[in-house]
Amino acid sequence: MQKLFSDYGMVLVLIVLCLLFSALTFKEQTPLGSNAIIEILEQINSKFDKSDIILAVGVAKKDSAPFAEKVGEKLKEAGYSKTRVVVGTPRDLKLALDDIKAEGSRPAAIATSGDVVKWRVIELMPQSHPEFMGCELLSPESYMWPDFLKRSNLLAIVDRIVVIAIIAIGMTMVIITAGIDLSVGSLIALAAVISTLIMKKLGGLQASGWVVLIGFFGGMLCCGIIGAVGGVIVSRFKVAPFITTLSVMMIARGLAFMITGGYSIYQVPKALPWLGQGRLLGMPNTVILLIVLYVAAHIFMAHTRTGRYIYAVGGNQEAARLSGVPVKSVIVFVYVISSLAAGLGGCIQTSQLNTGAPNIGVMYELYVIAAVVVGGTSLSGGSGRILGTLIGAFIISVIQNGMNLLAIESYKQQVVLGAVILGAVLLDKARRAGRLPAFLLKKKETMN
Amino acid sequence: MIMMTEEPKRCNPLLLEMHQINKSFPGVHAIKNVSMKLHHGEVLGLVGENGAGKSTLIKVLGGAHLPDSGRILIEGQPIDILSPTAAQQVGVSIIYQEFNLIPDLTVRENIFLGREKTRMGFVRATEEQRATLDLFDKIGISIDPDARCGELTVAQQQTVEIAKALSVNARIIVMDEPTATLTTQEVDRLFAIIRDLKSQGLGIIYISHRLEEVFKVADCVMVLRDGEHVGTEDIDNLNREKLIEMMVGRPIDSEFPKRLASPGQERLRVEELCHGQAVSNVSFSVRAGEILGFAGLVGAGRTETMRLVFGADRPDSGRIFINGDEAEIHSPSNAIRRGICLLTEDRKGQGLVLIHSCLENYGLPNLDRLIGRVFLNRRKERKEFCNFAESLRIKTSGPEQLIMNLSGGNQQKVVIAKWLARNTDIMIFDEPTRGIDVGTKYEIYLLMNRLANEGKAVIMISSELPEILGLSDRIIVMHEGRVKGEITNVANATQEDILSMAIA
Repeated sequence: MQKLFSDYGMVLVLIVLCLLFSALTFKEQTPLGSNAIIEILEQINSKFDKSDIILAVGVAKKDSAPFAEKVGEKLKEAGYSKTRVVVGTPRDLKLALDDIKAEGSRPAAIATSGDVVKWRVIELMPQSHPEFMGCELLSPESYMWPDFLKRSNLLAIVDRIVVIAIIAIGMTMVIITAGIDLSVGSLIALAAVISTLIMKKLGGLQASGWVVLIGFFGGMLCCGIIGAVGGVIVSRFKVAPFITTLSVMMIARGLAFMITGGYSIYQVPKALPWLGQGRLLGMPNTVILLIVLYVAAHIFMAHTRTGRYIYAVGGNQEAARLSGVPVKSVIVFVYVISSLAAGLGGCIQTSQLNTGAPNIGVMYELYVIAAVVVGGTSLSGGSGRILGTLIGAFIISVIQNGMNLLAIESYKQQVVLGAVILGAVLLDKARRAGRLPAFLLKKKETMN
Repeated sequence: MIMMTEEPKRCNPLLLEMHQINKSFPGVHAIKNVSMKLHHGEVLGLVGENGAGKSTLIKVLGGAHLPDSGRILIEGQPIDILSPTAAQQVGVSIIYQEFNLIPDLTVRENIFLGREKTRMGFVRATEEQRATLDLFDKIGISIDPDARCGELTVAQQQTVEIAKALSVNARIIVMDEPTATLTTQEVDRLFAIIRDLKSQGLGIIYISHRLEEVFKVADCVMVLRDGEHVGTEDIDNLNREKLIEMMVGRPIDSEFPKRLASPGQERLRVEELCHGQAVSNVSFSVRAGEILGFAGLVGAGRTETMRLVFGADRPDSGRIFINGDEAEIHSPSNAIRRGICLLTEDRKGQGLVLIHSCLENYGLPNLDRLIGRVFLNRRKERKEFCNFAESLRIKTSGPEQLIMNLSGGNQQKVVIAKWLARNTDIMIFDEPTRGIDVGTKYEIYLLMNRLANEGKAVIMISSELPEILGLSDRIIVMHEGRVKGEITNVANATQEDILSMAIA
C-alpha cells in the first residue's frame, strides 16, 4: 500500500476527487430496478383486489417510464385486468384521472417511482378529485446515495476515457524515451476512415463480423506503418520528435479527409458497434479491453527486456547505447506502439459512433499527453509508470464527469480542467521534492 | 579576531570561519561538527575520500544546502547563507566541476549573464567588453570576449568561470576538482592564476584528489573523513604518506599493487585504424593476462581509438582482430557480443543512467542473460548485484537507491560491476580512477590486476602518469591521433620518458 502511494502519488488526488464529487452529488435516489418492481407488486397483492383500478405512472423518456410499463405488464399478468399504464407528463395523469372519474369509478392506487411522487397533480388530488379519497400512492422506498457512485455513472466514466486511456499507453512509452507523439489524434481519424472504407468495400451494411475485424486490422496496420516511418525519422535522421510527429499529425489528418472527400462513411456492417457498445458478462467490452491492455502493458514495462530498454533510452541515450542497447530499434518500437494504440483508439471510436468520420480525435493528443503527465511521467524521459497513466486518465475523466453531474457549463469545465491538470502536476512535483506533510512521505524511508 | 591569538603563525586576518557545522540527510549524517577557517590570501586544500563530506560542506557554504546547526562568519560578521544568490552577495563563488556556462552565449554574455549592463533596456556591449578585458587583464589571460563558450577549451572555460567569479567581487573562491580535465601546461597556468588571486588577498578553497597538486598550490590542508574533521595542517608539516594516512584512516604500504605478468595468446589486434583527424593509422595488440596502458595528453586520440574498437563510432578504415579472427564491429552491442567492454571516462554522461537505480544500471548490459523465457528474472538480478555490492564494497542504502545519490567512487564501482557481470575477455578502462579517492583507487587497481591474472586482456587509458607506470605491463604513448611510441620495459621507465613522447 505504501509502495502504491509512493509510486502512484496521484492515487491520492483521484481518491480526493471521487470523495468530493460523491459528497456533492449525494441525494435521494428512488430505486427502479427489478427488486423495486417486486416490492411494489407485493404491496399491491397484499392490499388490493384483482378488480381494483391500479394506475402505473412513469415520466416519458425517464428511467421511470420502463418501470411503469413493467409494473403494468406484471399486474396484468397477475390478473389485475383494470390496470392502466400512464407514461407521459403530469397532464397525461390528470387526463387519465378525469377519464376514470367520467366512468364513475375510482382508482385504488397509483404505483410509481422517481419524480412522479412530487408531482403537483398528486399533491392536489384531495381537492381536484375529492371523490378519490382513499386512493393510495405506492412507491418503492427511497435511499440516499451519490449520483456519482451509481453503477451506470461509474461505467460512463470508464467508457468516456477508454479511447484516451488506451492511446495513453503508447504515449507513456514514447514520453519515457524522452520523445512525444503529437500525431495520435489524427491517427484516430485515419484509422476510423480506413477501417470503415475497407468494410464498405467488402460488403458495407451486409458484411459479416469478419469484415469488421479485417477493417480494424487494416486501419491499425496503416497507423503502425506510419508510426514506423516516424520512428525511423526520429531515430535515424535525428529529427526532433515534436517536429516529426507534428508533420505526421497534419499529413494523417489531411489523408483522412482526402480519402473520404470530407464526408463520413455510414455504409458499415451491423456488427461494427459490438466493440465499442457491446457487453460481455455485464461489462462493456471497452472496459474489459482497457483492463487487459493496461495489465499487459504494465507487465511489459516492468518485466521484459524491451521495457527496461525503453526506460534506459530515456534516462541516458548514450549510456544505454554504450551498454549495448539497440537504441534506434527501441525508438522505432515505441512510435509503432503509440501509433497502433492510436489506431485501436480510432477503431473503438468508430465502433462507438457506428461511423467512419474524418473529423474525430481533434485535440486528443493533448488530452492523452495530459493524462500521461498527470500520471507522473516526466517529459524529460527515463521515468514514469503505466498504471500512473491510467490514474491520470481517470483523473481527467472523473473531473469532466463530476462537472457534468453538477451541471457546470462546458466553457467553465475547460477552465477548471486546465487548472486541475496544472495543480495535479504541481502537487506531484512537491511530493517528489519532499515538501508535503510527513504522513504522505513516511513510506519513503521504510522502503529503503 | 580573538581567533588570531590561537593561531599566531597566521599573519593575514581571518576571512571565513565555519563553526561547528552539522548537516544530515535522511539516513546519513553527512557532516558532523566540522569547523573551517580561511584567511585572506590563503589557499586551503580540502581533501578526503569520496563521501567524506567535502561537497556537502561546500554546498552549505554556497547556499545550496542549509546547515542543521552551526555558524558561518565572514570577516567576523555572522552571516546566514540561505540561497546561492545570497552566497554570491556575500562574496562566495563556487566553480563546480561541471561549468555553469551557456555554450551558445559568448564569453562576455556569460560573464554578465543576469547582471547585464544596460541603458533603457539595451545592453551596452562596449562597456561590458571593456569590463571583460579588464578582468582578463587582472588574471593575465587572453581570451576573445566574443568567442562562444562552447568553442573554448575546458581550461579556457574554467578561466572564464574564474573571471565571472571576480566580476561579482568574490572574496572566497571554491574550486571543485578544477584540474580533472586539464593538460599539464593548463594546470600550470591555472596555478599561476591562483597565486595571482592569492596575492590580491582572496581566499581560495581548493578541492582535489590529486595530492601532488595540493602540495604544489595549497598553504594548508584540511582533511575530512566520514563527515568528520580529521585535522587541518600546514602544508610544510605534511608529506604524501601522512596525508593519505589521514584521509584513509590507516597507513597504505604502496599506492600500486604489484603483480607478475604472464601474458598469453593475443586477444585483440588493431591495424591501421583511422577516423578523421582524431585517429590516424593506430595499430596495437593486447594479449591475455596483460595490462596495456595508453598514455598521452588530453585529446591525443586515446578515447577516440577505443570508441572505434568498441563500435561506438565507425572507423574510416582499419581492421580489428579478436582472438586472431577479423571482426566487423559496427555497434556497441555487437562489440559486447564479441567480448569487448568499455568503461567510459565520462561516467555520468555515458556510463550510467543517473536517474535510475543501481540495480537497473547494473542490469542494463546483462538483460539478455537475466531474461527467462519472456520475463526478466528480477530476483536473480538483485542477487547478482548484491553479491557484487558485497565483493566490490559498494556503499548503497540498497539496490533500489538512485545512482545519482552515490559518491563518484561508488558510481564507478557500479559501472565496474555491470561490466564484470558481462565477463568479457577484453576490458577497456578509460580513466578508471578519475575523481575517485585514494582508498577506492587502490581497490580498482587490485581488481584490474585480478582481471589480468584471470586471463583477460586489460586496456587502461590514464592521464595520471604514476598510475600508468605503476600498473601497466606495456605502455603505448599517443600524440595527436598517432601512436608515438611504445614502452615495453615499464619497470625502468620514468614519467619523463612518457612525457617526452607525449608532448613533442
